[in-house]
Amino acid sequence: MTTPDAPRVRCARCDRDLETASVTIGYLGSAFQVDLLQCPVCRQVFIPEDLALGKMVDVEKQLEDK
Amino acid sequence: MPVNEPLRTMDQQELRALEQQCIQECAPPCMAACPIHVDVRAVLREFGQGEDDAALQALRRTLPFPGIISRICEQPCRPVCKRSEAGDPIAIAALERACVDYAVVKAEKASRIPRRSQRVGVIGGGLSGMTAAHDLARKGYTVTLYEALQPVGGRLWNVPEERLPRPVIMDDLRVVASLGVDIRLNAPVCGNPDAGNLNLDPDGARPALDMLRDEHDAVYIAVGQVEAGTFGLATDQGGRVAVDPVTYATDRDGVFAGGSMLRAPEDYAAIRSISDGRRAAISIDRYLQQVSMTASRDGEGSVTSCLYTRTDDVEPQAIVEAAGADGGYSRSEAQREAQRCLQCECMECVKVCEYLDHYGRYPRKAVREIYNNLSIVKGSRYANQMINACSLCGLCAEVCPTDLDMGAVIRQSRETMVAQDRMPASAHDFALRDMAFSQSDHFALARNAPGSDASDVLFFPGCQLSAESPEQVERVYAYLAEVLPPGTRVGIMLGCCGSPADWAGRRDLFEANRTSLRETIASLGDPTVILPCSSCHQAFRTNLPDVRVESLWEFMAARGLPSDGAAGNGRVVSIHDACATRHESSLQESVRTLLGRLGYEVAELPRSRNLTTCCGYGGIQWLANPEVTSKVVAKRVAEGTSDFVAYCAMCRDFLARGGKPTVHLLDLIFGADFDREATRPATGWSQRHENRARLKRHLLESIWGERMAGQEPHEMISLVLDDQVRARMEARLILVEDVQRVIAHAERSGRRMVLDNGHFLASFRPTAVTYWVEYSVDGDSFAVHNAYSHRMEIVVDGTDQGPPS
Repeated sequence: MTTPDAPRVRCARCDRDLETASVTIGYLGSAFQVDLLQCPVCRQVFIPEDLALGKMVDVEKQLEDK
Repeated sequence: MPVNEPLRTMDQQELRALEQQCIQECAPPCMAACPIHVDVRAVLREFGQGEDDAALQALRRTLPFPGIISRICEQPCRPVCKRSEAGDPIAIAALERACVDYAVVKAEKASRIPRRSQRVGVIGGGLSGMTAAHDLARKGYTVTLYEALQPVGGRLWNVPEERLPRPVIMDDLRVVASLGVDIRLNAPVCGNPDAGNLNLDPDGARPALDMLRDEHDAVYIAVGQVEAGTFGLATDQGGRVAVDPVTYATDRDGVFAGGSMLRAPEDYAAIRSISDGRRAAISIDRYLQQVSMTASRDGEGSVTSCLYTRTDDVEPQAIVEAAGADGGYSRSEAQREAQRCLQCECMECVKVCEYLDHYGRYPRKAVREIYNNLSIVKGSRYANQMINACSLCGLCAEVCPTDLDMGAVIRQSRETMVAQDRMPASAHDFALRDMAFSQSDHFALARNAPGSDASDVLFFPGCQLSAESPEQVERVYAYLAEVLPPGTRVGIMLGCCGSPADWAGRRDLFEANRTSLRETIASLGDPTVILPCSSCHQAFRTNLPDVRVESLWEFMAARGLPSDGAAGNGRVVSIHDACATRHESSLQESVRTLLGRLGYEVAELPRSRNLTTCCGYGGIQWLANPEVTSKVVAKRVAEGTSDFVAYCAMCRDFLARGGKPTVHLLDLIFGADFDREATRPATGWSQRHENRARLKRHLLESIWGERMAGQEPHEMISLVLDDQVRARMEARLILVEDVQRVIAHAERSGRRMVLDNGHFLASFRPTAVTYWVEYSVDGDSFAVHNAYSHRMEIVVDGTDQGPPS
């Protein structure tokens, strides 16, 4: 799972641009490393809409049917 | 969901019973009646499609001598042909002959079977002996056939030549020699043990059968005439060789007998001789393999078909007459006749069920797939969605000739999946959260009338009528108090009947709700419960049998309408019966009575009352597979040209969503404008919550003079939502309250991002779903620009982003 061309997103709390980082996302006991935008200070992560409604749904469904 | 019954999971035995209950794979009548079970349906299908070679191959799969048999067969298949219920029966033998005549590749496909060392002797070169020799040679045995005369063929040579040309006999029987059978002509074997061996034992020391038995591992006797002797074998009362009716074994080990020697001359049938030879060959094979001779032989010989095929909707067609002088069909005549074949099948349930049709399954296939899905230990469960997409409406059982109820199978399977912790988390989550909302303080309410400490009658409107038409709920409550005799104490209860939990296989949630309902109703003095919702009615009747219930429609039919106005003026409407009322004929009748009193004329839909269809809400189908629900609704909508009247809030909404002007019966009863109500857009999911909460608030204020407790912080968040965003949230099953929670959390914690366009983006995960909202501040409100969600979790240093607040 990778993110498409990353837009510019700022963390409103830390006033820092989010940076690409390897983030763990998990579901039903399975975990994956994904490159996502993350605030270097508070570490909040940005999940873009196309990822949430595309690849994530596919993976969720596959894991649910396992 | 039967209460207090232990959870059962489908075992192999139950699976087989269910598979057998579905008759779709039963042989059609023609094939069943044929003693050797020629797949007539497949032969005719291929020929009808112009596949002459494939048709002959299909014929040859069971029939050893098609040229001969197609000319002389007695056709036990024809009297049972279902086409005779809509025209003449199919000319089956004539079409078999056409297959032989018009196929280009005529030869039997050679099979390469490893040779076996065992030897089989066949006495008699008639149809039965030749069939046995043919079958055993194809299984690899070394077969020697002894024919008393010359050539082989037996009584075939007695058939008039114009009916059975001699070259046809020679051509067809040649295949036996080509399979390597050693055919000995002019080799009579004496059937009289006392007369000695005329041919094989020149010394006459031993009877012929003894000698043959010594030289072969098994022997099949098919000498045709009983006069040929009984070979010293045990005989029946008619003096004919006695055989086991299943195996054709005589009393002598390794010796089998069949064909016309077993029967009186008037009982002769060529196809039966072939069948005897085939069945004896099966026995000889098993005898030589030393396996059970009797296991799994129930279906052999001519049997009665268990397949049901509906013919009352079939256009009658007469037989295609052959124009030629010899009575045989031309190719095009034969093709037309073959196309008259009904291609018998049952499919009664699939014909009426868009769900089964969508998945391309008839129950026999579906139950096997479901069983496999429930049994998988490791691997993907591909049938999960199929199991969750059934509406549990019960129509399949209603039309099934054997009453097979797929809904019951599916319901049990869902419970099993939940018990195994294998139910996909997303399958029913949204519906169960909707149910939880109805059980929460936002909606749940149980009150006696002001000043009463118990109720005689209790109005239970259910969740979806309250969500759709809260004002009608208040009108009905007022009507009940008015129409009942003075002094009758009328209470009201808002809550959930538990159907979503039942449909989702969640016994735990269902049982908890059932117990709570029972206790609450008892605390109100065990009143009679009046129910407008069909699902509630079914749930109460099934699971709370000791609670007195009455449908609102029966109540109104008995007690009178709120007003006398017959506003219908003879307008014609069609009733969409709710599937939960399938077996509630008096309830359905009362709906018709009410419409009549309101001045409407009813044009019944072709499938109504016990044959009604689900709207797609039942069984939570709409959530598991919205595509199936769209098909279900589209099919229903196309069934009637008049506008529809529904008496279930969700039916009304789903049909209206499908473009059918549909009005709820209550709206007609309370005098709403038909056309305005019929085209009113469906109520969105957020609005449903809002309406329920508003109903409770208003009832408390107007009847009991109470104000509801304060709102939660997120409920104070005021949103600005344009139509586009609203529609997107609706499609993505994101509620206003979900968005409010995200913004409340972001504004309180400061945890939010800023996008290029200056909008804020924030997320929050209340329980199992993470919601994202793009918004901007708009005075005291928040303008929402987008919302989306996912179920996967972001794990940061072992902690989930956005702790619940």
